[in-house]
Amino acid sequence: MSELQVRKVVAGYDGAPVLRGVSFTVPHGQLAAVLGPSGSGKSTLLRVIAGLNTPIEGAVVIDGRVLAGPRVNVPPERRRIGLVPQDAALFPHLDVLGNVGFGLPRSQRRGDKPRDLLEMVGMADFALRMPGELSGGQRHRVALARALATDPDLVLLDEPFSALDAALRADVRAQVRQVLRRAETTAVLVTHDQDEALSMADVVAVLDDGRLIQVGTPAEIYAKPASRWLAQFVGGALVMPGTWAEGAAAGAAGSVTCPLGAIPARLADGEIAREGEAVDLVLRPEQLAVDDLNSPPPGSVIAMVRNVAYFGHDAVVTLDLPGCEQPVEARVLGDHVWQLDSEVAVAVRSAGLAFARQPANV
Amino acid sequence: MTSVRTLMTGGKGFSFVPRRRARLRLGRAFLIASSIVAAAVAAIPLAYLVVRVVGSDPNLVTAALLRGRMVELAVNTVGLVIAVSITALVVGVAIAWLLTRTDLAGRKVWLVITALPLAVPSYVAAFGWIAVTPLRGFWGAFVVLTLCNVPFVTLPTIAALRLSNHANEDVARTLGRSRLRAFLEATWPQIRPAALAGVLLVALYVLAEFGTVALMRYQAFTWAIHTAYGSQFNPTLAAVMATVLAAMGIALVVAERRMRGAQARLGTTVVARAPVTPVPLGRHAWWVHGALGLLAMLGLAVPVGALARYIGSTTAASTSVRPGALVTDMISTVSIAGAGALFALALALPIGLVAARIRNRLSGVTESASYLGLALPGIVVGLSLVFFSLKVVPALYQSIWMLAFAYGVLFLPKAVGAVRASIEQVEPGLEDVARTLGSSPQRVWSRVTARIAWPGIGAGVLLVALTAMKELPATLLLRPTGTDTLATSLWRYTESSAYAAAAPYALMLIAVAIVPALLLTREVVAGKRSPEEAL
Repeated sequence: MSELQVRKVVAGYDGAPVLRGVSFTVPHGQLAAVLGPSGSGKSTLLRVIAGLNTPIEGAVVIDGRVLAGPRVNVPPERRRIGLVPQDAALFPHLDVLGNVGFGLPRSQRRGDKPRDLLEMVGMADFALRMPGELSGGQRHRVALARALATDPDLVLLDEPFSALDAALRADVRAQVRQVLRRAETTAVLVTHDQDEALSMADVVAVLDDGRLIQVGTPAEIYAKPASRWLAQFVGGALVMPGTWAEGAAAGAAGSVTCPLGAIPARLADGEIAREGEAVDLVLRPEQLAVDDLNSPPPGSVIAMVRNVAYFGHDAVVTLDLPGCEQPVEARVLGDHVWQLDSEVAVAVRSAGLAFARQPANV
Repeated sequence: MTSVRTLMTGGKGFSFVPRRRARLRLGRAFLIASSIVAAAVAAIPLAYLVVRVVGSDPNLVTAALLRGRMVELAVNTVGLVIAVSITALVVGVAIAWLLTRTDLAGRKVWLVITALPLAVPSYVAAFGWIAVTPLRGFWGAFVVLTLCNVPFVTLPTIAALRLSNHANEDVARTLGRSRLRAFLEATWPQIRPAALAGVLLVALYVLAEFGTVALMRYQAFTWAIHTAYGSQFNPTLAAVMATVLAAMGIALVVAERRMRGAQARLGTTVVARAPVTPVPLGRHAWWVHGALGLLAMLGLAVPVGALARYIGSTTAASTSVRPGALVTDMISTVSIAGAGALFALALALPIGLVAARIRNRLSGVTESASYLGLALPGIVVGLSLVFFSLKVVPALYQSIWMLAFAYGVLFLPKAVGAVRASIEQVEPGLEDVARTLGSSPQRVWSRVTARIAWPGIGAGVLLVALTAMKELPATLLLRPTGTDTLATSLWRYTESSAYAAAAPYALMLIAVAIVPALLLTREVVAGKRSPEEAL
């Protein structure tokens, strides 16, 4: 069993903290994704866990063993933590087998263990190739095998797929997830790609400006974002001003009156609003239903199609709504052809999420 | 295709197309032929040296080879080469690491300071040490040559470290390596070819160094050759020793070329992405500053301090220099070095063009012929050309033309490097576009290729001239009687302990060397040039 605990970590360079008190726990065998925009401190967090950076405050604990904390700083070579860097960072002077065996005792470096691992990542036929002869995806699989070779308690993945092209990325992600699951290794993945975080992780921790905004399962993060910023950062969202009606406490059901009509909504966690107060209504693009004028969905309003981005399986339609300054985006199935500058009927399918307006925004 | 062209050229295509092809082939053949001639000319010093040894009385050659002194000289020379090389390797790699991977304050300033010894020709540094310290012999030569040569390891190693992927070191740490082991196992293999190529260059320069070992009275080959020819009047002994020295130099150059090739192959496989997280030095920082400061003191402050002391002293007025002589020497130095640079350019143009544009086995051979200039110590080229001119072209013996020829051969690798790099910087795509816009190959050359390449080639020729102005051993042997250059005058005065008279010459020589040293430090560190092309 190996459970990672990060406790109130403060870290940074030359006294300027990049992380300002970050705490979370990753249970055994799970994959946690640390999601954040660039500059949010996620790479620093990874380096602190690996022992490559010394935290100013806080602790890193695996299974009760304190790796970093007050007067404790276990050097990276004795932490039993594997690392898969951004660009795979294979040793250019060693062949694939030599790379995988790097962390093993000398006698086992070219033995069965690295070969078994290469088998597991599907690179057994490439054992004697040099890194320069591999494609990007192959390098990442070798880097993962290398990190797993020492049976680490924890594997850290630093934006491992950002260098791959989109077509390859989905494949490599799935393979990596499968290998980690089979190895039953706890892992932390750092990424700025929300698709990657949502699709791969058991737990997602969202980091912004050195603080954790929210920790939860991918579904929780998507369905109950803790802030407007987070809603827009993960999955994209349209934010619409409106007025609140009914229930005053957080989690209460009610409705918001806005340019789309009276929309059923729920107050987000920790938010308080009284009847008639200004709120922001947050809706996901797929919560909007768009249809022809001759078969309007119930409670619909009329909007103008400004742009259509077609993806095959679905499409994103950009709409001008009456009474709404910003155009809004709706994600619809790709089975309908939308004419630019034509009028369509727009309705809301399900309850939205409401955030009380901060006084500064009023 | 032909019919289309016929239409477009209004019916003249039938005769036009074949003639142009023939002309192109002719131009190519002419270019290749001239590159072969240039390579042959560059090989004259080595070839004639071999001819001279083979043509000597075999008994004399055997006697020369079997003398106990030959062993002593070989041991002395190789010992000095090894001692300086190993010290330069350790110190150079350590400095390179400190300046690229740590949070040492003022790294940019330290980079310039550690490169500054390049601006002091080693025999000028030797003059400084002799003038103010009692250091002589092996330790004298060792100290001076080490201080002057460390940058040849530091600068290319910095370039390689910046290219190397530091994430490898992080991975090695997580796989159980201490910081030192991680450096040795993950980073060192990536920078090893660059560092070792730098060390081989140091070995080559120490092997060829004449001024320092002679001033320090250290019995190495170069000084022995000079005495055997100059004061013992034993040309066969000198020729045999020069051949041995040439063989050692060629072996070192071959090894150095191999290392550079290995670095080029390594460099293409990895690209470092994330910025480096510097290693905090913490409380070690103060003694690192102290050690770097001490090296700078020894490498710069001693020679420059000696200069200042003798230039400032008026008591030595009796031996001090006459300004007229200084000006005369300056003029002859500039004109001979300029002629030598033009000679080098004439040989380098065909070789560099062929190397940049026609890549085949022949271009490899002609380009390596140019590296003879790097492999052959100045004293060897000087001696061989003395023999050559006496025997083959007596009219040119002790003329400035023979001296300019020696410079041309000695600095040919730099000139070829400049020509080749400048031509390669012109993308072939540009030439293709110019052709499709209706220019003939000759017009493309004059309107596009030469137009873009000439500033680089011109700068290269200037650098060759500046480097040639510091040349000492070949100049001593080949200069016309009564003509002196800055280097030979410094040499004469220092040998007779007239330090006050020598000081202004030392100052001039540092002034000559400082510009290329600083300019090229940047290019070597950026990985744009290899150090032997630069300095």
